[in-house]
Amino acid sequence: MVTKKVVMDKTHFLIVRDVDYAFSDGKQILSHVTFSLPQGAFVALVGQSGVGKSTLLRIVSGLLRPFRGEVLLNGRSPHEADPSIGLVFQHDNLLPWRTAYGNVRLPLELRGENGLQAHERVQAMLKLVGLEGYADSYPAQLSGGMAQRVALARALVHQPSLLLLDEPFGALDALTRERMGRELLRIWQAHPVTVLMVTHSITEAVLLADEVLVMNGRPATITHRIPVPLTRPREENVEQTAVFQECVTAVRSAIQIS
Amino acid sequence: MFRSFRFLQQQPLWLTSLFSFGFLLLVWQMVVTWGKYDRFILPGPLDVWRQFQLVVADGRLLTHSLYTISEIIPGLLIGFLIATPLGYLLAKSPLAERFISPYLIASQAIPVIAVAPLLTIWIRSTYWARVLVAVLVVFFPILVNIVAGLRSVPQEYYELFHSLRASQWQIFRKLEVPAALPVLLAGLKVGATLSVIGALVGEFVQPKSQGLGFLLITARYQFKTDLVFVVLLTLAAIALSMYGFIALLEKRLLRWRDQR
Repeated sequence: MVTKKVVMDKTHFLIVRDVDYAFSDGKQILSHVTFSLPQGAFVALVGQSGVGKSTLLRIVSGLLRPFRGEVLLNGRSPHEADPSIGLVFQHDNLLPWRTAYGNVRLPLELRGENGLQAHERVQAMLKLVGLEGYADSYPAQLSGGMAQRVALARALVHQPSLLLLDEPFGALDALTRERMGRELLRIWQAHPVTVLMVTHSITEAVLLADEVLVMNGRPATITHRIPVPLTRPREENVEQTAVFQECVTAVRSAIQIS
Repeated sequence: MFRSFRFLQQQPLWLTSLFSFGFLLLVWQMVVTWGKYDRFILPGPLDVWRQFQLVVADGRLLTHSLYTISEIIPGLLIGFLIATPLGYLLAKSPLAERFISPYLIASQAIPVIAVAPLLTIWIRSTYWARVLVAVLVVFFPILVNIVAGLRSVPQEYYELFHSLRASQWQIFRKLEVPAALPVLLAGLKVGATLSVIGALVGEFVQPKSQGLGFLLITARYQFKTDLVFVVLLTLAAIALSMYGFIALLEKRLLRWRDQR
């Protein structure tokens, strides 16, 4: 990756400062949102549904502009060209007319990267998510979990510095969801990238993240930052440990039920 | 009793089509034989077949068919070429939709057959007046389908492309065109059959010396009802071929839909 004008600050890789946002009907939903992520961190964002988690994610990705405040990714605004972001949505959002291979290749195509190198990169990503045998399958032929893995490969193929996940496993059944959490950890360890993940599941947040951000209020802001002092890679039975349970309890009590 | 039809269900499409066509001919012949109709009221399939051989042999059917086809295809193409950019504009710009769509909808309340005489007054060329009638007929269904196709593109696809900082052109080429293609081709299929009607309406209003519409009107005045049937069946064959061609195109372009 070529990075011009390097303003490397490893502890403040992503900075969100004093961000306000309101819908077009004037209803304010975010107020004074401030946080920062160190490079390489895996951070989960939890809160009640409708609190504005997805909106915050879209502001960080540059899809929405904040009314006030600023977002800095590696010292630059995400509105500037080429912010190097990977995005995974709740639904796999794969283009049905493209094969798994074609979907993973899309980000490279849009950057004008073609040729053998791009081809090998796509193959490597499909292998990383364990779908090298499904390159020619169309999304309709894949199961929900497989489709979401293709979406993950697509989000990582252009080697973004920030991966944004918007409830990536929300549409999957409970068993697949559990498996995909572990899978995500494996991929993340093989492919280090800073991750901000919105989730509804508190246990999922604690299992995956270094730190859990809790959003509360209307308009919402970040009220709690709960560190997760679990070792990496996560142990097989980490869910049964006292530390895990303490974290889950801390996050649960931080979410205000209104 | 339907169990005996299962055998037919398992046969290929062309075979069942042939079977139903044969059945139709049989019923037709029976109606003619038992009803004892005069030939100029209701000719039988054999009369029509004899007449068909006659007009094929003297070359009249081919000449008139080719002339009508030469109106249908430009009619469909021009209608498509006007409807596509206009549909894109309407789908993309709410302002354009506000300004233009009331007229478009009102125009559909007026039958083309009522407007066609005006066109023949304004346009000196018989040929182009007929093509224009075909354009008018195919234009609206294609337009409606393009607008519907573009509107059906999920917002999340746009977000994906925006997050990857795709250009407008890339969004058009790699998202909007493939996403709208199924609905667009469906519109084109409807348009293909309608273009035959359009060309024929044009020929009815301007029945000058050429085209299947001219042949039809001439046959009717001469009480050659069997020739009327030949023309009608030819028109149906042309419409079916156009439809089939686009269906074939659809199968090729939308191969991803046949998976699973």
